[in-house]
Amino acid sequence: MLAWTIYLSFAGALAEVLLPKGRAAMARWLALAIALAGLAVGMHGFVAGMGQGRVVIVDLPWVPFMGIHYLLAADGISRVLLLLTGLAAVAGVLFSWNIEFRTNEFFAFFLALIGGVYGVFLSFDLFLLFVFYEIAIVPKYFLIAIWGSTRREYAAMKLALYSFAGSAMVLIGLLAAYATAGSHSTSLIALGHANLPVSFQMWCFPLVFVGFAILAGMWPFHTWAPTGHVAAPTAASMLLAGVVMKLGAYGCLRVGIALFPHGLDPWGFSLLGIGSWRDVFALLAVIGIVYGALVALVQTDFKFVIGYSSVSHMGFVLLGLMTLNQIGMTGAVLQMFSHGILAGLLFAIVGRIVYERTHTRQLADLEAMHLSKRMPFAAWAFVIAGMASMGLPGFSGFVAELQVLVGAWTVKPWWTAAAGVGIVVGVAYTWRALQKAFFSDTLPTAHALEQEHAHAFAAITWPEVTGVALLAGVSLAVGLYPRILLDAIEPAVRALLAGGGQ
Amino acid sequence: MNYADLFRATLPETILECAALVVLAVDLGLLRKSTPKLRVAIASLLGVAGCWAATWTVMLQGTDGLSFESSHELLLATGGFTGVAQIGILVLTALTLLLVIGSEFTRHVGEYVAVVLMAATGGLLISAAQDLLVIFIGLELLSLGLYILTAFAKSSGKSAEAALKYYLFGGMSAAFLLFGFSYLYGMTGTTNLHQILNSVYGGGTDRTAPLLYVAAVLIAAGLGFKVAAVPFHLWAPDTYEGAPAPAAAFIASVSKVASFALLIAISSAPMHFASSRQLLVFGTAALALHLHPPADTGFGGPWSLILTIFAAGSMVLGNLAALAQTSVRRLLAYSAIAHAGYILLALAFFSDSPRSAGAVLYYVLVYGLTTVGAFGAVSVVERATGSDKLDSFLGLNRRNPLLAAVLLVLFLSLAGIPPLVGFWAKFNLFAAVLGVSAGEVPFALVALAVALSAVSLYYYLQVLKRAYVLPALHESRIKANPVTMAVLLGIAAAVVVLGCFPALLQGWIQGFSPIF
Repeated sequence: MLAWTIYLSFAGALAEVLLPKGRAAMARWLALAIALAGLAVGMHGFVAGMGQGRVVIVDLPWVPFMGIHYLLAADGISRVLLLLTGLAAVAGVLFSWNIEFRTNEFFAFFLALIGGVYGVFLSFDLFLLFVFYEIAIVPKYFLIAIWGSTRREYAAMKLALYSFAGSAMVLIGLLAAYATAGSHSTSLIALGHANLPVSFQMWCFPLVFVGFAILAGMWPFHTWAPTGHVAAPTAASMLLAGVVMKLGAYGCLRVGIALFPHGLDPWGFSLLGIGSWRDVFALLAVIGIVYGALVALVQTDFKFVIGYSSVSHMGFVLLGLMTLNQIGMTGAVLQMFSHGILAGLLFAIVGRIVYERTHTRQLADLEAMHLSKRMPFAAWAFVIAGMASMGLPGFSGFVAELQVLVGAWTVKPWWTAAAGVGIVVGVAYTWRALQKAFFSDTLPTAHALEQEHAHAFAAITWPEVTGVALLAGVSLAVGLYPRILLDAIEPAVRALLAGGGQ
Repeated sequence: MNYADLFRATLPETILECAALVVLAVDLGLLRKSTPKLRVAIASLLGVAGCWAATWTVMLQGTDGLSFESSHELLLATGGFTGVAQIGILVLTALTLLLVIGSEFTRHVGEYVAVVLMAATGGLLISAAQDLLVIFIGLELLSLGLYILTAFAKSSGKSAEAALKYYLFGGMSAAFLLFGFSYLYGMTGTTNLHQILNSVYGGGTDRTAPLLYVAAVLIAAGLGFKVAAVPFHLWAPDTYEGAPAPAAAFIASVSKVASFALLIAISSAPMHFASSRQLLVFGTAALALHLHPPADTGFGGPWSLILTIFAAGSMVLGNLAALAQTSVRRLLAYSAIAHAGYILLALAFFSDSPRSAGAVLYYVLVYGLTTVGAFGAVSVVERATGSDKLDSFLGLNRRNPLLAAVLLVLFLSLAGIPPLVGFWAKFNLFAAVLGVSAGEVPFALVALAVALSAVSLYYYLQVLKRAYVLPALHESRIKANPVTMAVLLGIAAAVVVLGCFPALLQGWIQGFSPIF
């Protein structure tokens, strides 16, 4: 059943290509229908899969000579991320309602990207996963290069090359693992039992992990993320931050950690307190958290603030993964979900609701516009999203980051304290952006007031309201009652940790 | 080899030669007064029919044809991987002939088609040859055809220049090859590959003689020229740029398939020996056997050392030079050099099992198919805009959406993006290298190859960016000949379908392989 999320999205992409040109309304409704159908399938799968472990959906031989299977399966982690993808897709379509330029092509690339993402989350065959992972690269490039804004060609090419370089590293690692394991099967389950030699895992793990972590925005390989997010059209930034960065983190978890568990073992010597790859990546994650937050604090472009905040929040995911304990990794998966929803919401407010009306994202310009009075909806939506993003209790971000920090505390108390500094800075950059963009206290002159009346902003449309309500509502629901997701995530993480992998 | 066998073995070549003569007779005799369009159509259809008939005879020869087991004086092998390569050559030839229908670079269509068919005959010969003389004759037949084809656009100065460069380089490499052959003959007293093998291992010749090494280097240089391996690649960009588009497609695909089939035969011979230790049982060709310490399938012999150097140089130089190109044809030429590098890597780390040879053939066939399509698409744009510069592709998506989609599929396949077939070809090839030889050197080279194919995405995207992203300079539609368009769509569909079901082509190739 869950496999239909993939087929529906690709069929939708094909249908969008075949639609007659110039029928923008039809293209939008079709895309919304497809995204809703995907979400419905995902929700059904989520509810039906409650209390079950890993369920195999399809298992067909694909390339029998090499033991590659078309193997789709889902466990709790996959089901949560499928749900996230469905939500991000629906919200993405709603916030692209105003795309008038080559509309059907836009939604074709959009749905193809979504299809690839669904595919990654469902694949339990190494090469199937890789194939879907690569399928997601090309639509991203075109979405940014055609419909983007600031330095879009540069950003799109940078993103495509970073992604491809990352996947090249992954491919080298996978080829080596496949050859070392005896070239019989590429199923993640079978390879997990292949008992790869520890020395092999030691060098293959960092290769694969870094390859995936590039897409997860790990410092210092994060530089594609802010430029990419800023240049992308709103829906693409929402997807990039919302689900594409999760592809990287998911790959780190599902392939990196699960397949090469011994790659995280201590080296046997330690240098400046760093004694294993686990320490290395945990340190990079903490640097990412603090660095992203500090850089976000000094940005002059509203969208760059959100872009760097993504780097900071994704640091929590990677830190959670490196705790290797139940609570930390559960928190990491929950943070993937939470950040997916919240980053989508923030980018929607900044990129769609504000920018499409003000045509500037410079905080200095926005300061003079009195947006809290002229766009109260945007202002209050950003207050809610900002509070959720800085980790206020009652929203999903709080539960997730708390779990990550608790998990990390048991392993590396000092580094956890540093990550806590990142949260404090997070409060600062969010309030700074909020205050500058919406609630600045400069009084308008009489002339400016006249001007503002003469050029009133377009009214907020229903897709915007619906989208904000959907994303904010989900974040609040998960924050108030996190068990909805935790019940699915916890058993899956436990199984993963117990299996030494699978 | 008796005459009946010889007749059977050369049946495909005979048919192609007959078809060439028929084309000439029909075009110069019956159709003299007809319109050029009709002449082109009839000539290329006759050529395609010839290819089809030849393919049919190759199929008839079946999987277990002639090899060393059947005769010690074998001239030509049939069946097995030879059959795969021959069918590939014939299919690709037919496709390039169909592309001629839409083009108008010459009034002498009959001659053009006849020369293509004769060159293809040369390709069939070298992919089956088991004797130094047959190899040389086949190579010359192929090469002379290619020189003529390159020069076929008589009104174009570029075409003449390209042909002259190609000819000079080609002549020199033929001299190298012949020189190497003559050393082998001088030392062993025979031109039959099998008997050379016998002589070297049977003690008739000093196995450590330096002359053998010299011969290996000379032969590798001669063949490296054919596949445009660095440092013998200089002819490729000029030829690809100057030759008429269908001829360039032919050079880039058919001649590659044939040359790599020959290299497969040469590289696999020592392995047969290593695995069997029985001289009389195994083998196809055996040039390099003496240079390759048996049982050492790694970085041992000079032959594999030479190929490794070629491979690394071609991958690096091809990919990096392609980054700087502004002409799409030159870009394709440098990308061809890079792809040749990947294939040579697999030939340098080769094994006896059908797996290595299967992976190389898979790659060559897929690459040939994609390249024919890419040249076809480029030639359509070139005819409409008058140039093959990157900027002529601006706004292609508006001017001909179908053509832009074909270009997207083919270029992404060349870059190795799944689920297109180019990804599986690469994957298969690299997995074969790693599966055959464990060790740091092959692994490092595979890592280099994968990293460089990430680089290659950049230049393929340069073309696609202009087709899809940047604004158009002209909005006028680009019209393509319906036959050309049908061929291109067919190729693009094949690339997608074979990519989604990679086992189809692989199963077909493995189905031909003799069981060792």
